[in-house]
Amino acid sequence: MANYIVKRILGALPVFFGITLLVFFLMNMAPATIADAAGGGEASSAVMRAALEANLGLDQPIPVRYVLWLKELLTGDLGLSYRTGQPVLRMIAQRVVPSLILTGTGVAAAVVIGIPLGVMAAWKPGSGWSRLAGGLTLLSYSAPGFFLCVLFIYCFSVVLGWFPAANMYSAGSGGGLGDLLLHLALPASVVCLSSLGNLVRQTASACGEVLGEDYIRTARAKGLPEWRVVWVHGFRTALLPVITTILNHIPHIIGGSLVVERIFGWPGMGSLLFTSVSSRDYTVIMGITAVIALAVLATGILMDIFYRMADPGVGWGGEAK
Amino acid sequence: MKAKHPALRAFLSDRRAVAAASFLCVEILLVLLIPLVLGQDPNLTDRAAGFWALPSPQHPLGTDDAGRDLLARLLAGGRVSLLIGFAAAALGTVLGVPLGLLAGYKGGKWEYWIMRACDTFQSFPSIILVLAMVSLLGPSVWNIILVIGGLGWASVARLVYSGTLSAQKAEYVEASRALGATDRDILFRTILPNVIAPVWAALPLKVVRAILSESSLSFLGVGLRTPQASWGNLTQSAMELVTLTTRPWAWIPPGLCIVATALALLLVGEGLRRALNPRSRTERALPFSSRGCKIKP
Repeated sequence: MANYIVKRILGALPVFFGITLLVFFLMNMAPATIADAAGGGEASSAVMRAALEANLGLDQPIPVRYVLWLKELLTGDLGLSYRTGQPVLRMIAQRVVPSLILTGTGVAAAVVIGIPLGVMAAWKPGSGWSRLAGGLTLLSYSAPGFFLCVLFIYCFSVVLGWFPAANMYSAGSGGGLGDLLLHLALPASVVCLSSLGNLVRQTASACGEVLGEDYIRTARAKGLPEWRVVWVHGFRTALLPVITTILNHIPHIIGGSLVVERIFGWPGMGSLLFTSVSSRDYTVIMGITAVIALAVLATGILMDIFYRMADPGVGWGGEAK
Repeated sequence: MKAKHPALRAFLSDRRAVAAASFLCVEILLVLLIPLVLGQDPNLTDRAAGFWALPSPQHPLGTDDAGRDLLARLLAGGRVSLLIGFAAAALGTVLGVPLGLLAGYKGGKWEYWIMRACDTFQSFPSIILVLAMVSLLGPSVWNIILVIGGLGWASVARLVYSGTLSAQKAEYVEASRALGATDRDILFRTILPNVIAPVWAALPLKVVRAILSESSLSFLGVGLRTPQASWGNLTQSAMELVTLTTRPWAWIPPGLCIVATALALLLVGEGLRRALNPRSRTERALPFSSRGCKIKP
């Protein structure tokens, strides 16, 4: 097992380098140079500019800079923001918790709604449940997050006035849990709806496959109550492929919640990323890239280990996937 | 209706998919033809009507903040959004198919590098890369197609790769190798036709994803910008509180157009998936079938 974990981590390293390298080169190929951004576009004289570039370490060739960046990453130093001058690590750290709250709530809600719905749809094909599941899936795949955001703000915030349309806490409030939940309701619903379709679809298809197996017929034949057959015998087996698909979907979920954060003014990593891209704050963009890449790869490895522990049939053979 | 090919026949017998396909055809015709009939310039300011004119016979959806006809802009936006969707999906497929074939057929180093690149692109939120690249290249229609299409190769390559891996062990491949076929012949004449079906079935979903990416970018103000209309940046007017609360006709139609187009494409994709998979041809029309091939989005 330890062997497997080491192998899996080594296998993920090239992907991590790939992502960071890609973003690093992209950022450094931008026509407006970093010195312009750092000097607020005011680095007019060539001397000033050269001094600024040397100060920021920009006089080195790009590959050297990437290696330097990696070295500092290993020591936990993500550099200083060109825009605010603050340490990037601290800026990101402030944003991680709000992002986790938003995405976590949304995905948890999707799991709570989506998995039972998917099971019901597979259990009773052609029933109202299955039609509901099909409709929700189509809606979730086809409605862009930003349109859902705007619609929700219009319906629940403007017309009904139930929920606030922006930020995480009301200005001037103490920041209690109730206030947070009120602000969370709309953005989390959008995140939930966006990931619901995939979850329902995969649960239904995995469950449908399992319910056709022989051992399910055996369970039925020995007279177990139907709910036990479906929820205990069937569902348990179907859970594994569902976990895999949630996992494969994580990048999509993160990407989607970036848009939601931006629209609702949620103070998470997504809002920070958009501000940084528009102000070309490269160190922050690189920092967020690294954090997201690490998060995606780490959850991937953890889920894989969990998967192998749950399914004795797969074993620790060492072959990735 | 009698079609020769069994897959085509299966598709045509699926009423929902046929309805969706007809809807798409009508939509494409409408965005192309109506501007010719109406003769409204989407970028022309109508001084007589003024800014934010209410819907009227002359401007069925009113005008925007610069006095431009919103119906004309909706249609112009539709042309752009559909063009980007189809072109980007096509580009991603054209790039992904050969890479997937190579990785699956050649194995070894090819397989390692191509599949690691696949992992890299698939395990990272593509919107961040799209954002970075579009802000680097500049937000034009062709750049957006290039970026979204260029980043869309990975899912196609993986699909073709896994198909190629299993096709390679098939007897018909061995048979054609024994008959002295060259690698190229085997790849393109024997393996490709056998692994391409899921790619066709996944294509509509790729178009949906491309349309959604483009409109999200444009909505957020980092994609296409006015005066260039797109369904995304037309919906953006809702970010202004006055427009959101008092002029729903300005931002609901473009949003609904995206949803309707995406729905129709998904239904077509579902129909294709069932039609191209012989095992599921007989199954009832459900949004997900319990057996048969699964397509990862």
